[in-house]
Amino acid sequence: MAEMAAAHAPHGAVEHHEGPSYVAVFIYLTLLTAAELGVYGLGLPKPIMVGALVALALAKAALVAMFFMHLAMERKGLWIVAVIPLVIVGFCYFMLRPDLSRRTWAHTQEDVVIGHREEPSTVLPQIPQGKALSGSDQPADSQVGQTKPAAPPPPVPQP
Amino acid sequence: MSEAAAALDTHAEGFHDELEPSLTPGNSGKLGMWVFLAGDAMTFGAGIAAYGALRWYNVNWPDPADWLGITLTAVMTFILICSSLTMVEALSAVQRGNMPRMRLFLGLTVIGGIIFLGCQASEWHHLIWGEGLSIKTSLFSATFFILTGFHGCHVFGGVCYLSGRLFGSIGKEATAHEANLVEVAGLYWHFVDLVWILIFTFVYLI
Repeated sequence: MAEMAAAHAPHGAVEHHEGPSYVAVFIYLTLLTAAELGVYGLGLPKPIMVGALVALALAKAALVAMFFMHLAMERKGLWIVAVIPLVIVGFCYFMLRPDLSRRTWAHTQEDVVIGHREEPSTVLPQIPQGKALSGSDQPADSQVGQTKPAAPPPPVPQP
Repeated sequence: MSEAAAALDTHAEGFHDELEPSLTPGNSGKLGMWVFLAGDAMTFGAGIAAYGALRWYNVNWPDPADWLGITLTAVMTFILICSSLTMVEALSAVQRGNMPRMRLFLGLTVIGGIIFLGCQASEWHHLIWGEGLSIKTSLFSATFFILTGFHGCHVFGGVCYLSGRLFGSIGKEATAHEANLVEVAGLYWHFVDLVWILIFTFVYLI
């Protein structure tokens, strides 16, 4: 069978990647997905569940990159191309976190309207078309990060 | 030829010897696709990082399970994993010179992508017209629609790309060039699968 395949193989520099069977990788991916759903349905404490789900997702992503995308069998120089985005994304995430941690709206419990299913507890102001947003028109959520306007100066007593 | 020209040729030959070997010999398209995917990964990564950072501190973030169907998306994940398997089988077939088998598996991959898009369209229809979600409703819905929509655009692009490869291969023999084209297309498709694996976990499960 192998000889037949070799006889029909295209001429030229066709790369044959030696590695685990693709079906085996597919089975691992399916099992890891089932494990994710299992972890999700177990009702574990949130930190444990999040840690387990992230670990499983990274394992699945690594399997796809290493074996389906053949990164494990490629030259090591190609790793630089693959790793640079991960470094930049990690940098982006950790640069965003200190900024978001100072946003007060994120720490304030509110009745947030998500969709039609919930009755809105507060009616957002209707803004007529063509009218620019003023400070009083904006919902509370959109005033995030704005500094409070300075208090007007005290009236000067008239002589 | 003058002595100066001969010396220049000798110098050029020596310079050529000093060059590093190509990262992907015989397939520069593959390196090009990797560079493109690196840029695309930064875009997706920025979206996922922003999603994570926004959600980390937000006490008002709803439980995704209250709004998103986990069963349907688990099926969608499985469909994409299956399509990745059919994609590598298509590559394996063309590398062995079996073009009909390559077309069969490439066609199955395209069908997997179309089913995925159908499931996503159904999910969006339910969320928008059934639940009243829109990109303007909340941070939760905005990040959800941006991330899944951007990924869906990639799946649609992948379906078009693979369909072009499928119809472009009709009547052609298995050559190294043909195998390289399928491998490059496969890189794109596996990347789309990889991104969905992360979106499924971060947006739907956590």
